[in-house]
Amino acid sequence: MSESLPVGAAGKLAPIRASVPNAAKVRWPCNWPWNWPWNWPWRWLAGAALIALAVVLPFALSNYHVFTLTQVMIYAIAVLGLNILTGYNGQISLGHGGFFAAGAYTAAILMHRYGVPYWATLPPAGLICFVLGVLFGLPALRFEGPYLALVTLAMAVAMPQLLKYFDTWTGGQQGIVLVKPLPPPGLGLDRDRWLYFFVLAVLLLAMRLAANLLNGRTGRALVAIRDHPIAAVAMGINTPRYKTLAFGASTLFTGVAGALAAIVVGFVAPESFSLFLSLSFLVGSAVGGIATIGGAIVGGFFIESVPNLANDVSDAAPWAIYGLAMLLFMYLMPRGLVGTLGPWFVHAMRKFRSARGAPK
Amino acid sequence: MTEIPLRPTIEVESRGAAPLLEIAGVTLRFGGIVALSDVSFTVGEGRIVGLIGPNGAGKTTLFNCLSRLYRPERGDIRFNGKSLRHAAAADIAAMGIGRTFQSPALFASMSVLDNVKVGAHPRGHNGPLRDAITLPQARREEREIDRRARAMLAFVGLEDAATRQAKSLAFGAQKRVELARALAAQPSLLLLDEPAGGLNHEEVAELGALIRSVRDRLGISILLVEHHMGLVMSLSDRVVVLNFGRVIADGPPDDVRGNAAVTEAYLGKRH
Ligand SMILES: Nc1ncnc2c1ncn2[C@@H]1O[C@H](COP(=O)(O)OP(=O)(O)OP(=O)(O)O)[C@@H](O)[C@H]1O
Ligand SMILES: [Mg+2]
Repeated sequence: MSESLPVGAAGKLAPIRASVPNAAKVRWPCNWPWNWPWNWPWRWLAGAALIALAVVLPFALSNYHVFTLTQVMIYAIAVLGLNILTGYNGQISLGHGGFFAAGAYTAAILMHRYGVPYWATLPPAGLICFVLGVLFGLPALRFEGPYLALVTLAMAVAMPQLLKYFDTWTGGQQGIVLVKPLPPPGLGLDRDRWLYFFVLAVLLLAMRLAANLLNGRTGRALVAIRDHPIAAVAMGINTPRYKTLAFGASTLFTGVAGALAAIVVGFVAPESFSLFLSLSFLVGSAVGGIATIGGAIVGGFFIESVPNLANDVSDAAPWAIYGLAMLLFMYLMPRGLVGTLGPWFVHAMRKFRSARGAPK
Repeated sequence: MTEIPLRPTIEVESRGAAPLLEIAGVTLRFGGIVALSDVSFTVGEGRIVGLIGPNGAGKTTLFNCLSRLYRPERGDIRFNGKSLRHAAAADIAAMGIGRTFQSPALFASMSVLDNVKVGAHPRGHNGPLRDAITLPQARREEREIDRRARAMLAFVGLEDAATRQAKSLAFGAQKRVELARALAAQPSLLLLDEPAGGLNHEEVAELGALIRSVRDRLGISILLVEHHMGLVMSLSDRVVVLNFGRVIADGPPDDVRGNAAVTEAYLGKRH
C-alpha cells in the first residue's frame, strides 16, 4: 500500500507568484482556445446564439446566398483539417487540395456508379482520405519545413492529371455530373436549404470532434511535437506515430469536405482541384488563425468570398485586390482573426468578471 | 485536499540489492572529440548522486545517452537490471527515467498545466479515437491526469500559474514547471541538468529543499548535474566527477572535495 502525501507539505516553499511578472497574466495560448473554462455561462449563450443564427439565417437569404454559405462551411471543414496538421502539429501542407479532390471523387464515383445515397458517401470518403493521408505522411516524416511543403506540393500538382488519366473511373476531362440529392419529404425545405443544414450538421460535428481530439492526450502530443520535438520525445511521445496520425486525421476532415463539395455542387472535374485550391486552404488557415478551431470558419469565408469581392472591386485586377486583402489581414492580425482577437476577448472577459468581483 | 500517491519509504542506506542505474564503460565520440570515455558508475535506489565537472566535461552528453537521444558507441546502460541498448528514446519515460533540460525546454505555447499533463503522457492510454468521441473512460483518464498534474504543480509551488502560458513565466518558474512535468510521469529516476542555473541565491535554497523532498517524499532517485557546488555537496549522497569525458573521482562529497585530481580539473594544474 502506498501512503499519501498531502500536497503543500513538500516544504515551506513560498508560492512562486511573486517572481512572475503580472503582465504575463494577460497572455493566453492562442492555439488552445478550448481551454477556456466551459462553465462560463456566456460561452454557452454565445454558442447557442451562433447556432440559432445559423439556423435562422437561410430563411432570410436568397437561394444564391444560402448556396454560398454552404460553400463557406465546406471550406471551413477543409481548413479545419489543415489546421490540425499545419497549425497544431507544425507540418506544412501545400497538397490538401489533392485530398479534397480524392474525397470529392470518392463520393462522386460511389454515387454515380454504385448508386450509394449521398449521405453514405461521407464515411468511405473520410476513410479513404485517412488512409491516403497516412500513406503520404509516412514518407513525409523524413521532411520538415520548406522541404515538406515541396513534397506535398507534388500531391497538389499531380492530382488533376491523375484524375484525367484514370478516365474510366473519373470521367476524364469531362468529370462526373451528379444528380443533386432530394431533401427528405415533410420537412418543407427546398434542396439548397436542406443541403445547407446537412453541411452545417457535419461542420458542427467536425468541430466538436476536432476540439475533443485536440484538447485530449492526442492533441497535447501534437502540440508538444510542434513546440519542442526533442522534449516531446523525452516525455515519451512516439513522434513518428503522432505525426503520421496528424496527417491522417487532417486529410480525413479535408476529404469529407471534398465529398460534401461534390454532393452540393453536383459536379466534379479535374480543373476544380488545381494547385490554387491547395493554396487557398493555406491562406484561409492563416487568415482565420492557423492553430484555432473557430478560425477555420473565418478561413472558409475568406476563401469563398474574397475572390468574388475582389472581382466586384476591380474587373481588371481582381488578384491584385486579393493579394492586397491577404497582406492587410496578415499585417493587422499576424496570428489570424481568431488567433489575435480570441486572447484579447478572453482578457476583456476576465477583466469584466473580476471588476464585478466574480469568483475566479 | 489533493493527495499524491507516495512510494513506500525507501531506506536511504543501501540494501545491497542491484543498483537502480548502472552505467558500464560508456564511450561516445563526436568526430575527433571524445565526449565520454569509458564512463562507469552506479546510482542506487533512493540516492541522490551528484554529477559534476567543468564545462564540456560530457555531463549533458551522458544524460542524452541515458535518454537514448544519443547511442553510446561502446558500453552499456542498465536500468532496473534492463539494458537500455535496444530501447527507443520515446520508451525511456515509460521505463521510469524522467529528465529536465539544461536550457528550459518547455512547450512554449501551451499552458503550464498542459505542459505538466504532457509529462503524464507515458502513463496515459487515451488514443485519438477515444479522445475524439470522448468515451467515459477517456473522460476518467483526463480527470485523473488533471488531478495528478495539478498535484505536481502544487508540489513545486506553482499551482497559481496553471493557466499561464509557459513561455510567459520567469526563468526560475520555468525550471520548476520542467520538474513538475518530469514528475508527472512518476519516474523512479530523475535526471536534473543544472536545475539551479540562472537562479538567485534564495531560489537556489528553495530548489535544494524541493529536490530533497522529491527524494524523501516521492521516493525518487536523482542524478543531479550542477555547477553550484554548495547545492551539490549538500544534497548528494555521492558525487561523480567527470573531466574530458572521464570519471576522475567518485565518492562521498567530503572525499571528492579534498580530491587533488578534482581541484586540478577545476583550477588547472599548479606549477
Ligand atoms: N551533438 C554534438 N555534436 C558535437 N559535439 C558535441 C555534441 N554534444 C556535445 N558535444 C561536445 O561534447 C563535449 C561534452 O559536451 P557536454 O554538453 O556533454 O558538456 P557538459 O559537461 O554538459 O558541459 P556544460 O557544463 O557546459 O553543460 C563538448 O566538447 C561538446 O562540444
Ligand atoms: Mg551540460
